[in-house]
Amino acid sequence: MTEAMATVSPLRGFGAILLRDITVVRREIVSFLVRTTVQPILFCVVFGYLLPMMGIIPRGFTTMMVPGLIALSLTLSAVQSVSLPMITDFGYTREIEDRLLAPIPIPLVAVEKIVSGIIQGFIAAAFVLPCARLIIGPIPGLSFHDIPLLILITLLGGAAFSALGLLLGTGLPAQQIGLMFSIIIAPMMMFGCIYYPWRGLDAVPVLKYLVLFNPLVYASEGMRAAVTPGVPHMPVPVVIVALIVTTAVFLWLGLRSFMKKAVS
Amino acid sequence: MSAAIETRALRKVYGDKVVALDALDLTVPEGEFFGLLGPNGAGKTTTIGILTTRIRATSGEAMVAGANVATRSADARRRIGVVPQRPNPDRGLRVAENLVFHATYFGVPRAVAAKRADELLERFGIADKKDGKVDALSGGQQQRLMIARALIHEPRVLFLDEPTVGLDPQARLAFWDLLREVHGQGRTIVMTTHYMEEADQLCDRIAIIDHGKLLALDSPAKLKERAPGDTIVDVTLDGEADPLMAAAQSAPGVTRAEARGPMLRVFTARVGEAVPAILALAESGGRRVNDIHLSRPSLETLFISLTGRKLT
Repeated sequence: MTEAMATVSPLRGFGAILLRDITVVRREIVSFLVRTTVQPILFCVVFGYLLPMMGIIPRGFTTMMVPGLIALSLTLSAVQSVSLPMITDFGYTREIEDRLLAPIPIPLVAVEKIVSGIIQGFIAAAFVLPCARLIIGPIPGLSFHDIPLLILITLLGGAAFSALGLLLGTGLPAQQIGLMFSIIIAPMMMFGCIYYPWRGLDAVPVLKYLVLFNPLVYASEGMRAAVTPGVPHMPVPVVIVALIVTTAVFLWLGLRSFMKKAVS
Repeated sequence: MSAAIETRALRKVYGDKVVALDALDLTVPEGEFFGLLGPNGAGKTTTIGILTTRIRATSGEAMVAGANVATRSADARRRIGVVPQRPNPDRGLRVAENLVFHATYFGVPRAVAAKRADELLERFGIADKKDGKVDALSGGQQQRLMIARALIHEPRVLFLDEPTVGLDPQARLAFWDLLREVHGQGRTIVMTTHYMEEADQLCDRIAIIDHGKLLALDSPAKLKERAPGDTIVDVTLDGEADPLMAAAQSAPGVTRAEARGPMLRVFTARVGEAVPAILALAESGGRRVNDIHLSRPSLETLFISLTGRKLT
């Protein structure tokens, strides 16, 4: 009974585990969207609709903000769709055991989670964009002139933040996961060039260079390059290299931390 | 016949000093129902962990179904099924999905997996919960789901780590029947337990381990023959037992006596004579007897004589 089994490729097991995640996400799609897109959508309502209506901020602001909000929903969903399951998976009963027993190299189980995080990031970003358009109305300067770039930025951003999710989900003690949002995610959002372009920070040079350590900056700026080319943004090659480096660093650290938990 | 499991000088040290496993050599032939018996902390779970590729050995070698668990761990995993100490179903999935998806991780085609899942759920008496959530299953049902999951990819070796802890006596008996059936199909089974009776009832051979070392290895019947011929009487007193020991040694019917804190342990071939004598001894010494426990010659007395401690 084993000879036929011996030839099964790791890719097949990988695909089966990915299918498992897709099944679970599909079943919980509503709570998934609520968890990851309510915040960006509420920002749209306040900053894209209410404040411009009151005349407190100029209408052009939305053009700067929308790419940032897409990056934000991508980030939130990618980080959470890896970190939260990791915490349950390695929790009291170690639900992940049934996947760790799969006849594939164990790091692939973590890589699968990252692929799943990228897919969920795509879904969240694709959901927020039409919502924003609906709430804000016509957004001056928004154009889909470079779809491949849009996809590339979403992919790389999703990978970077899923890998961060792997690191946080396996590296932080479960009871401190609430801290993850207040200490890591919240500052990342505020200094992630979501509501203002990086160039705007010329006014505060110290901060301008400090935020370069924040990977969300590159996702936001990349989104600007892809959908609002008229707004000042970082050069695309810089964004791409930065996101690749970020992904590599988080992936390396995340895999190390994952393996420590998976095999003792 | 080839060996399902072979370990050579297997050693595991946690941190720098906690030796969980010390030079363990085991050979389990294919088709055997093998028991690892030992008290908590004896190294049972570590052994299972290494054999199922979840724990890395510090040194030594282990082969499972022909694959070295350190260098060809994915191949080893392909050939084993594992039932954990605590049921750990995938809560994101429904009952039957737990089986079907697990099989697909092993490359079993979905349709085949679904058919096998139906059969297993039927056989294990949880077919009516098929589409329900796993949380709706009782402890015993979850444990049966775990063994179904461990079998769905048709492994050659089945590992069970204290599978009946937390089951009520009735569920335990039903679980034993299930294991006998699985073993009857020619599968190798390796089970850890700290229930003497469980090992006695089910296993072809039992390894008794403690402090990471193999103390005895044989069939239950042979091990029982090796048990000291004496019944062990543990008399718990209201204070240190030491002062009574010398007198107990020479009491009628007593072969040997030991003092362990407040417990006086007496080995005797003539219980009817020894017990009244010890009680009288305690009374004349002005001591109160809080508890008496008898262990007849059995796996348990062998275990006690080997390890110096009880199983539970």
